[in-house]
Amino acid sequence: MANNVNSHPPLTVEHLSMRYHHKPVLTDVSFQIPEGKSIAIVGPNGAGKSTLLKGIMGLEKTIEGQVKFFGESLDKKRLSTAYVPQREEIDWDFPINVMDVVLMGRHGHLKLWQRPSEIDRQIAEQALKDLKMWNFRDRQISQLSGGQQQRVFLARALAQQANLYLMDEPFAGVDVATEKAIIELFNKLKDQGKTIVCVHHDLNTVGEYFDWIVFINARLVAAGPAEEVLTKENLNKTYGGRLSLLNDLTEEMYRTQLNKAHDTE
Amino acid sequence: MFSDLGMNDIWILATASLVAASAALVGVFLILRKQALIGDAISHSVLLGIVLAFLLTDSRSLPVMLTGAVLIGLLTAWLSDTLHRVGKLQSDASIGIVFTLFFAVGVILVSLYAGQIDLDQECVLYGEIAFVPFDTIYIGGLEDGTDIGPRAFWGISIVFLIVLISISLGFKRLETIAFHPNLAVSLGINVVFWHYFLMTLVSITTVASFDAVGAILVVALLVIPASSAYLLAKSLKTMLWIAVAYSQAAVLIGYSLAFILDSSISASIAVSAGLLLFITIISLQIKRFYQRTQSIEAAHKAVNE
Repeated sequence: MANNVNSHPPLTVEHLSMRYHHKPVLTDVSFQIPEGKSIAIVGPNGAGKSTLLKGIMGLEKTIEGQVKFFGESLDKKRLSTAYVPQREEIDWDFPINVMDVVLMGRHGHLKLWQRPSEIDRQIAEQALKDLKMWNFRDRQISQLSGGQQQRVFLARALAQQANLYLMDEPFAGVDVATEKAIIELFNKLKDQGKTIVCVHHDLNTVGEYFDWIVFINARLVAAGPAEEVLTKENLNKTYGGRLSLLNDLTEEMYRTQLNKAHDTE
Repeated sequence: MFSDLGMNDIWILATASLVAASAALVGVFLILRKQALIGDAISHSVLLGIVLAFLLTDSRSLPVMLTGAVLIGLLTAWLSDTLHRVGKLQSDASIGIVFTLFFAVGVILVSLYAGQIDLDQECVLYGEIAFVPFDTIYIGGLEDGTDIGPRAFWGISIVFLIVLISISLGFKRLETIAFHPNLAVSLGINVVFWHYFLMTLVSITTVASFDAVGAILVVALLVIPASSAYLLAKSLKTMLWIAVAYSQAAVLIGYSLAFILDSSISASIAVSAGLLLFITIISLQIKRFYQRTQSIEAAHKAVNE
């Protein structure tokens, strides 16, 4: 049951190119993603996955290309696009409690002089309950475990009641309970016709957790439904020579090596 | 000693207290945004703004001084940022280059036009709050008007009100930006506008504090009470309250200290703020040590039983 009947795809990236200190990071990346699916952006370290997400959100400069949200520019679709930054980018010693972080998800809906209403608080409460963090609402964020911190940030995005969710490595360094909670959240959002785009680095789980995959290595390698694009050929193209030697090894060995190739990069 | 407080002492205390409170409130956001250095920079470069404003208009009225300070303050912030981005210099180096240059030009102008400017270098650098009560405002002419109190007091009162209203109105926006600028951008908040808005608050606070505490000591009041509060607070609101409480304590202790030692009031206030910060750090360390030994003892007991 799609919430918004919309002929435009939630996200269209056209010929996006980005640079960092004059070095090209991404070149001519184009893809379109379908509504109501979970999409992983996959590639080796340094491939420009986070940069791509930041470029899409207008947080870093792009030198070329266009990004459309539901067929329109980001400025018109700010509130229906929720961004979850990488956990390392957040100052966890900041004097703020869990509830106030989640209420930030409601600020975009408020004018300067307005304060969160009872309805805003109820939405924030529901978001915290959905992620099983309601009991922690008065904690300062520094007093949470890594997984709990991630769940607070997901609750913040949830409270924004967006249609498109862009997340930077939500599964990085979280415990099993949080991993399960995130998967549940994905399914719930997809049932509501919402779209989730994640930077993801664990190739073991990518086929299981995501419907769609976008392979990136400075350029677009492939984009499409997981069962179609999750092939050895695409993995080889994305991860380059590091994987070509492993073709003959067993599946299990292949996977462990793959992760190592990741970690050492 | 407070029993024989005269009218002058009350004006001095009231002025110092408002200076400290304004600086503490603005300082909280500088600390959280990790921009303490830019506060330092602006507090020095506004000297140039004041001198230029005076030379151009021949007036020492508050609006003129504030305008000059804000323009130069914003220019300092913008130029530092541009030097960093375009000139590819380190951001702290860029700040250091811009403000020292502005301040030096200000000092040269003061010495060149010393005859015309009612400012001397000593006063600009260190301030002399003890003289605050002698420069008063008269309503209805100098001869037969009524004396409504020191110019510095009214200046900082207006600035304190502006700071208070701005922070109350922009509270949630400022909180989000300080917490995570990228998240704020993604929520559609104009981060650049709020950055320069904060720089404006720093500029007006600094210029209004000039008479009282001088350029060097206003930095102490911007940074130290807010840092003490950062160590204790669990929310932004409590951090603002704690910072103000610390700043007021520093004023009272500093004033008594100056009285006892018969020394500079503004320096004593800054020293008191520093002492309060060190006491806070030490008590937090002791508390942590105590908690650790307690939990170890508890663990030992559990093992023994």
